[in-house]
Amino acid sequence: MSTRLAKGGRLIDRSAAVEFTFNGRRLQGYVGDTLASALMANDQMLVGRSFKYHRPRGLVASGAEEPNALVNLGTGARLEPNARATTTEVFDGLSASSQNHWPSLEFDVGVINNAIARFLPAGFYYKTFIHPRAAWKHVFEPFIRQSAGLGKAPKEGDADSYEHAYAFCDILIAGGGVAGLQAALIAASSGSRVMVLEQNAHWGGRAPVDGDVIGGVPAADWISDTIAVLGQMDNVTLRARCMVAGSYDHGYVLADEKVADHTPGDGRPKHRLWRIRAGRIISATGALERPLAFAGNDIPGVMLASAVRDYVVNHGVSPGDRTVVVTNNDDGYRTAIALRSVGLEVPLIVDARAEVTGELPARARALGIRITAGRAIVKVKGGKRVTGVCIGLQAGEGAVLEEVVCDAVAMSGGWSPVVHLFSHCGGKLIWDEDQAHFRPDAERAPTNQDGAAMVFAAGAANGALQGDLAMADAARVAGIVVQAAGRTSTAVAASAAPTPEAAMEPVWVMPQGAGPKLRMKMWLDFQNDVKVSDVQLAAREGYASVEHTKRYTTLGMATDQGKLSNINGLAVLAQALNDKIPNVGTTTFRPPYTPVPLGALAGESRGEIFQPLRRTPMHGWHEAAGAYLEPVGLWRRAYCYPRGGESHSEAVHREILNTRANVGLLDASTLGKIIVKGPDAGRFLDMLYTNVMSTLPVGKCRYGLMCNEQGFLSDDGVVVRLSEDTWLCHTTTGGAERIHGWMEDWLQCEWWDWQVYTANVTEQYAQIAVAGPKARALLEALGGMDVSKDALPFMGFAEGTLAGLPVRVYRISFSGELSYEIAVPASHGLALWEKLVAAGADLGVMPYGTEAMHVMRAEKGFIMMGDETDGTVIPQDLNLGWAISKKKADYLGKRGQERVYLARAERFKLAGFETLDGSVIPDGAYIIAPGVNGNGQRNTQGRVTSTYFSPTLGKGIAMGLITGGLDRLGDVVEFNTIAGGTVAAKVVDPVFYDKEGEKQNV
Amino acid sequence: MSDPVSALGDANFEGFAAVHERGPLGMISLRAKSDVKGLAKAIKAAVGTPVPAPRRIVVKGEKAAGWMSPDEYILILPYDGTAAAMAAIADAMGSDHHLAAVVSDARAVFDVTGPKADQVLRKLMPVDFAALAPGELRRTRAAQVAAAVWAVDTGFRVVCFRSVAGYMMGLLSHSAKPGTELA
Repeated sequence: MSTRLAKGGRLIDRSAAVEFTFNGRRLQGYVGDTLASALMANDQMLVGRSFKYHRPRGLVASGAEEPNALVNLGTGARLEPNARATTTEVFDGLSASSQNHWPSLEFDVGVINNAIARFLPAGFYYKTFIHPRAAWKHVFEPFIRQSAGLGKAPKEGDADSYEHAYAFCDILIAGGGVAGLQAALIAASSGSRVMVLEQNAHWGGRAPVDGDVIGGVPAADWISDTIAVLGQMDNVTLRARCMVAGSYDHGYVLADEKVADHTPGDGRPKHRLWRIRAGRIISATGALERPLAFAGNDIPGVMLASAVRDYVVNHGVSPGDRTVVVTNNDDGYRTAIALRSVGLEVPLIVDARAEVTGELPARARALGIRITAGRAIVKVKGGKRVTGVCIGLQAGEGAVLEEVVCDAVAMSGGWSPVVHLFSHCGGKLIWDEDQAHFRPDAERAPTNQDGAAMVFAAGAANGALQGDLAMADAARVAGIVVQAAGRTSTAVAASAAPTPEAAMEPVWVMPQGAGPKLRMKMWLDFQNDVKVSDVQLAAREGYASVEHTKRYTTLGMATDQGKLSNINGLAVLAQALNDKIPNVGTTTFRPPYTPVPLGALAGESRGEIFQPLRRTPMHGWHEAAGAYLEPVGLWRRAYCYPRGGESHSEAVHREILNTRANVGLLDASTLGKIIVKGPDAGRFLDMLYTNVMSTLPVGKCRYGLMCNEQGFLSDDGVVVRLSEDTWLCHTTTGGAERIHGWMEDWLQCEWWDWQVYTANVTEQYAQIAVAGPKARALLEALGGMDVSKDALPFMGFAEGTLAGLPVRVYRISFSGELSYEIAVPASHGLALWEKLVAAGADLGVMPYGTEAMHVMRAEKGFIMMGDETDGTVIPQDLNLGWAISKKKADYLGKRGQERVYLARAERFKLAGFETLDGSVIPDGAYIIAPGVNGNGQRNTQGRVTSTYFSPTLGKGIAMGLITGGLDRLGDVVEFNTIAGGTVAAKVVDPVFYDKEGEKQNV
Repeated sequence: MSDPVSALGDANFEGFAAVHERGPLGMISLRAKSDVKGLAKAIKAAVGTPVPAPRRIVVKGEKAAGWMSPDEYILILPYDGTAAAMAAIADAMGSDHHLAAVVSDARAVFDVTGPKADQVLRKLMPVDFAALAPGELRRTRAAQVAAAVWAVDTGFRVVCFRSVAGYMMGLLSHSAKPGTELA
């Protein structure tokens, strides 16, 4: 039985009870409890089922290293899977449920895997599900996915909000234990900007639990004094509940702050992701205790010794009345002493070392606790809860000498520094023989842009495990960091009273000569069900690399990330390979240190502000008019404006016919507009465009093509000569920023001595296309300037006012109709649009969308970037030779187009297509050719690039690329269809409507 | 002539800091090398300030001149004043190679004000506000869009492209939500 003690618990507030539920059961805890401590106080030691064998699993640890107590936290829109009970603060109304079991935690069908565990060794899935190949996709994978995984993914949108925050500091201290606080005092006294981040809600780490005395006072007092001092300093930022997730190049640090995990629904963001640029980083992240590998070490009630005393001291919770302590070091004795001092029974301390001489063992002896040296736990008895242990010789093979009845086991296999932050960015580790762990090698620290060390480990994270050593180490390291920052510290370092400990003895398997039967029950990785026998099997099968063994056995994968299992696993591997541990090495430590919710990574980017949505000045009007919007880059453009019960295609057809018969309005504001000015501007544009722009007369417009250096079409648009030295280049909607960047690239990097400036004025102007036979009448109705054919001929432009608004009007047409494109300052865009709509009512004006624009340009045989081009098409392919200057010595793409492959006659070239039956060719269809290629695929001789039903002509029309292009006029070819089969189409001229261009030139 | 309308029509949000979209503001983008003879005269004539130093903005009443890059300046003035300023620039620059373009309508302008205004921006911009010098103009980003920011009397002025004004308002409002202060 685990239970709440009558007294004690330094972190809990016994006057503030909270109610919560676990698997629907109503339980009580106190403010200051973790979910784990509260569960244990309610005798809920069983918290989950293991991943593979579905064995019952209890709490093992008290912090971030907990492998078992992962729960579904909350419900519905606040469901969070894989929440770690040991780091979850309990609050009133919390609801949690256990994971990975069916139908219930107490009775789980999946435990059948446990009974057949000997048939599920390491690599079982790899070995078993490889044949037959087809079965993987259809049988094995769905089945395995069903049974795998821990928590359930939430099905509802997250009810909470998240945010990011940027911060900058000279010295970032990860970890607010006593070493971190010592370092903070020293760093802060130097005047540096200091951030101290602590993952827990409380400061000071485990020093108060371990009974450290600092500066002559109990650690808890020193901690609260120090926090008060630091809190007063302007140059210090303290953040609790803020886990440093990773360190990256150039002192970049990510930290995850649990702002409102413990106060859900209070309006604050659930998490806040800190994106920090730190000059230097002190990693004071402490150390984690290692389990011991003995048979049955996963049975609920077997816990880390440090966790047992955490629960006793911090939360006033007893793991059981009788706790056997098993250890290979002196620190484990602290747990026995802590248990005894609250009146709990410690029937036996099992010490694997042959001789036990230290000061802590002496204190335990003085309390009357029985110690047995050179002994091992041969196996733990019990199923869902420990009932006793069998004791034998550590040096032996597992013969049982004694059985002890108990309901908990506290194990200590030594301590491993938390080296993650030091290692994330390339810091190297050294093997410490005396303490049997890897610790940071300050000589090979991760380095900054100047080659100097960037991350410095301090305290237990640096291998200085005992209180006095940790404090001294933190002071020393902080001094080095302050000096490296070019500053001087004025603080006097605090020191802790020494607590000498005798040497520990590495124990990787207990007892050392245990046979296969025992080894199959010795867990190394509780979360992933990896046992000593699995690692040994992997070694026998040739997995000599620790990275391969990790993946083969799943050791240290998932949320564990090498916290509990790492050193034990690779020590067993080293033994099996008959090699030294440092030669085997560690797996790679990668961020984040503990899981960071996806919501925190997304930050504010969700809903309305998931991504920037670009709006034209008339956007609101389109929405109010019921427009169906389509994304074009980050813009949303009106695709069509359905009326009444119209379908989209009906709306498109109406808009086209109305534009051709009356007048239509298109919001063309998204088109790129770039001013190019300077003495060399003409020469510059002649290089950028395939045709000649320098000869364009002032006041005129000219269509132009741009290619990349390879010769492939990149963008197109109308260029306007505004004045002697100034041109305005229109680009495609998607090309505005890209082409502006392209221009600047050439001007800044290649032709830096040319006198040309550019300005991207895309958003300065709203632009409206007014197209249709009644377009002129509409502009005349607005009044203000002469838009007659003589004053403003086709491909000319004029400046003036319309309806009192300052405008520039271009006589250009993408629809084939009489057309004006009117540019107006964006702040007047909506006003002009509304005036056009009002003034055009009698003329039958209607807005038309992008789809109508597409169809009308296809009827005219005009190409569209992205339809007729795909990055492999050159202008010559599209019969645009007329737009390529033969006179110019050079332009971007000219040399590329001369290459043999691009110049050859057999390229796919543009033609028009009309199906014999009037139907519409499917989008993306190929023109098939006789025979098959080397892959057994049907040969092709071209493909469709634009295909629409033309309401103007009452039949399907298409453009496409075909071998031979217009030389094939009159040929009948076959396009494949989605339904199967083919559709016959005749090769025709791609200009289907008004071939002479009379309509646009009136 | 109807009045010019800013992207959001003077939208407001009151959180732990106040967010206010300012009505249309006159802006001219001026490109010229800093050693061009007529530059100082042109800026003086247009907005009455000296040429700003790199990364600085010189404010004089309703007008200002900001340094955008080694050959680009932003001139800020009342919306109606741009035509006169453009003429003054053309006159002062003469035949010196330059480009001046009115960009008033291409921008959206926000004032984020209040004692904690910086905290709103610290959530969105990778800018060390503690190190922002007096009169410094920072070209940066707010979450996913380009932005420029500088300190004003009671907070900060943020400028972005007009088309993303709604996004910017969403960002600023989300970040200024009451109760979400950073400190």
